[in-house]
Amino acid sequence: MNPSNYIVLSAILFSIGAVGVLLRRNALVVFMCVELMLNASNLAFVTFARTNGTLDGQVTAFFVMVVAAAEVVVGLAIIMMIYRSRRSASVDDASLLKL
Amino acid sequence: MTGEAVAFWIIAPIVVLGAIGLVASRKAVHSALWLAVTMIGLAILYISQDAPFLGVVQIIVYTGAVMMLFLFVIMLVGVDSSDSLVETLRGQRLAAVLVGLGFAAVLISAVSRATLGEAVPVAELNAGGNVESLAELIFTDYLFAFELTSALLVTAAVGALVLALQPRVFPKKSQREQATERFRPVDGDLSNAAGLPAPGVLARHNAVGTPALLPDGTPSEASYSRVLRAREALEDEEGDQ
Repeated sequence: MNPSNYIVLSAILFSIGAVGVLLRRNALVVFMCVELMLNASNLAFVTFARTNGTLDGQVTAFFVMVVAAAEVVVGLAIIMMIYRSRRSASVDDASLLKL
Repeated sequence: MTGEAVAFWIIAPIVVLGAIGLVASRKAVHSALWLAVTMIGLAILYISQDAPFLGVVQIIVYTGAVMMLFLFVIMLVGVDSSDSLVETLRGQRLAAVLVGLGFAAVLISAVSRATLGEAVPVAELNAGGNVESLAELIFTDYLFAFELTSALLVTAAVGALVLALQPRVFPKKSQREQATERFRPVDGDLSNAAGLPAPGVLARHNAVGTPALLPDGTPSEASYSRVLRAREALEDEEGDQ
């Protein structure tokens, strides 16, 4: 099976995630779209690990997952904080650089 | 067709469908569920590409931990908080979709022209077991990065704590103050000194949303839960439908 199929799938997923970040205004959904983009890049890493014949790509994908987990924790805490002070999770409302 | 190709052509449309559902659904909860579909599909793709460890980690970390965290926050923020449909920038949606399509076209055309090496049987790499081989790499070549991730995780946990912590608006009442309030009330009314009636007493349900009934069958005001009243989630009188 041609590994470039996986790469094309990962490109499609990445683009859908990017469109979601541009389109959606709910901060939570925007965040989920970012997660989708990270996942798409992980798929590319795993495929490249296979075509290169080394496991380094898989290790990189593993690190991406760890960083994504940390990012989700802090990001969701920030969204909660903004929601508490503004009673809204829309990115349009958080237009000032302060709470 | 090999088994891998069959798996790919079944999973790939599901994954793309999940991604489109994530972007297209109005409610945040639906988006989260679509994203879970996509992530499980990706885990299967990892496993079919000889990365069983990553597939399992994907399911545990993403669909297990990250999606739960998302759902928790959605519940806190309000399940039915949906997007406003007002466009703040004129034509922004159309432009975003066009940019996305162009970006996808560029990526796909570039990627499909690249000559990828013939798929090396990763089974050779995984000869000593996928987890063992990965562990060997992580604890030798990538040891420093691995140590850094532990620092990152600790920092993230502490940061989330600091961000999520909110200071009390009113100082917490001590036990002594509570006792004084109960047995020496300001208005001198000692009728509640034995405690407020619990919700559901003598009523048809013992759910917290059901008010207690007084001997004459009327619901007791004092048994209403303060939180439920604020949310207007109280049941009707006597818990009837």
